[in-house]
Amino acid sequence: MREISFQKALEEAVAEEMRRDARVITMGTDFTGDPVKEFGPSRVRFTPISEAALTGMGLGAAGCGFRPIVNWRMVTFSFVAMDQIVNQASKIRYMFGGQADFPVTYRCTTGGGIGPGGAAFAEPVLDVDAPGRAQDHPAVDAGRRQGALEERDPGRQPRGLVRVQPAGRGHGPGARRRPRRAARRGRREARGTDVTIVALAYYVARSARGGRGAGARGHLRRGVDPRTLVPLDVETVRASVRKTGRCDRGRGAGHLPAASEIAGAHRRGPRDVSGR
Amino acid sequence: VAGKIYGAVHPYVGQEAVAAGRVRDLTVTDRVTSTHRGHGHCIAKGADVRRMMAELFGRVDGYCKGKGGSMHIADFAVGMLGANGIVGGGLPIACGAALAAQLEGQGHVTVCFFGDGAAAEGEFHEALNIAALWKLPIVFVCENNQYAANNAVAVQHPHVDIAVHAAAFDMPGVVADGNDVLEVYARTGEAVARARRAEGPSLLECKTYRWHFHAMRNTPPPETRPSDEILEWKARDPIARFERFGIDRGLVSAADIVTIRDRVKTDLDEAVAFADQSPFPDPKDLLGDMFAE
Repeated sequence: MREISFQKALEEAVAEEMRRDARVITMGTDFTGDPVKEFGPSRVRFTPISEAALTGMGLGAAGCGFRPIVNWRMVTFSFVAMDQIVNQASKIRYMFGGQADFPVTYRCTTGGGIGPGGAAFAEPVLDVDAPGRAQDHPAVDAGRRQGALEERDPGRQPRGLVRVQPAGRGHGPGARRRPRRAARRGRREARGTDVTIVALAYYVARSARGGRGAGARGHLRRGVDPRTLVPLDVETVRASVRKTGRCDRGRGAGHLPAASEIAGAHRRGPRDVSGR
Repeated sequence: VAGKIYGAVHPYVGQEAVAAGRVRDLTVTDRVTSTHRGHGHCIAKGADVRRMMAELFGRVDGYCKGKGGSMHIADFAVGMLGANGIVGGGLPIACGAALAAQLEGQGHVTVCFFGDGAAAEGEFHEALNIAALWKLPIVFVCENNQYAANNAVAVQHPHVDIAVHAAAFDMPGVVADGNDVLEVYARTGEAVARARRAEGPSLLECKTYRWHFHAMRNTPPPETRPSDEILEWKARDPIARFERFGIDRGLVSAADIVTIRDRVKTDLDEAVAFADQSPFPDPKDLLGDMFAE
């Protein structure tokens, strides 16, 4: 199995989609590698730092038949574009009565909430309550295999809706061509018996990988990584809580109000065990 | 139609020359984005007034299956990419449509309508900047109706001409009499031709005025605009002016105009009847178009 970095995996995945489908274009302030060399400057767009414009342009171009990949870089930068994300992208297909599909992919990094830039290093997870798009959070560390990006079922993605997700293999803009794989399932990360920790993305390694973290008061963690926040794999979380009787949201899943409520019926212990 | 329209409706009355003057010569493959005051743009781009009315009535035969209402009417089949409930929200989407047109390379253009209020939004400046930078085939048409909601232009902008912003983005900026359909047509026609030649965007400002309240509601707020100002603008009614122009030049007779007005009234009566007989959406379709089927 080939071992490559997360960044390299994304770079290759975008290139693969662009090779396969001429309607895929990519926009961002910066690119790794040299995609302009292969795809030319009309499909690889260096942009000004204009998150609202880029987010809306992705929608407009998608509504006209293209499959844009917009790179916000960091999730915190995307908050500048909240009108386009929440008011426009999330609702556009529904409010127009499904007249058009808007297959745009927004990608960004999340997590890493410690750093010198207070404003830029903040919430790791985007608004979960806005409807109308899928939201994937692959927790793949640098050095883990690219194959980890494949485990999505395109057939269950909101068809033609906005997907807030990295443009990885199997769930990028032309993902429907690929064979169906296992459903968009959460993944069990650790087999501890005392408490279920639900965590996402970068925070899986921090919160859900098992062991007895100090903040967990010595509980043995049973980790669950939903991987896809919208739609959420409720059943995997519930199954874990049936075993442990306790549930909490680890770092990165703070915006996951459903997790503890979903599990509520099975919960028996105190909530404050996550190690946050 | 009293009591039959759901939600706020922002009437276009008084501003007709802007949509009619700009949109009628576009093709179906040219695209338009609109505003919360978008009925005129929809009609001019060729949307069906019956389906528009059904949408206002919240019925299934409306453009958005009755779930969008006045501020979301769209008809992608004729290149009408949608009204927009957010001031300035349509500008980035229009740039995306223009980007698509540029990539298609067929000489299609996008016309982006917005109001004077949008020029105070960040999205306006982001959109003009990137459109100019990439020479996108787009025409930005500002309908300056003198008020952003209830606040006069001079209260919101240091310069009452929105077109001055064009200079910062290195594009032509032109002010037109937005109550003169022929002037709108001529001025914006130059901008469309420029966009088709792949020479980049333009900013056209059409000075106009809305006759009615910002938004039609069951209980409208008291009118705060000066009454002599309203009368002055009503005297410049763009429809009456165009009728006079046609009669003075011997292009149409007074009888022709009566015929045209009757036909419009008949069309609207039919639209109301069409909307009235259309059913409300079935509650089981509440989440339709939201998730993957």
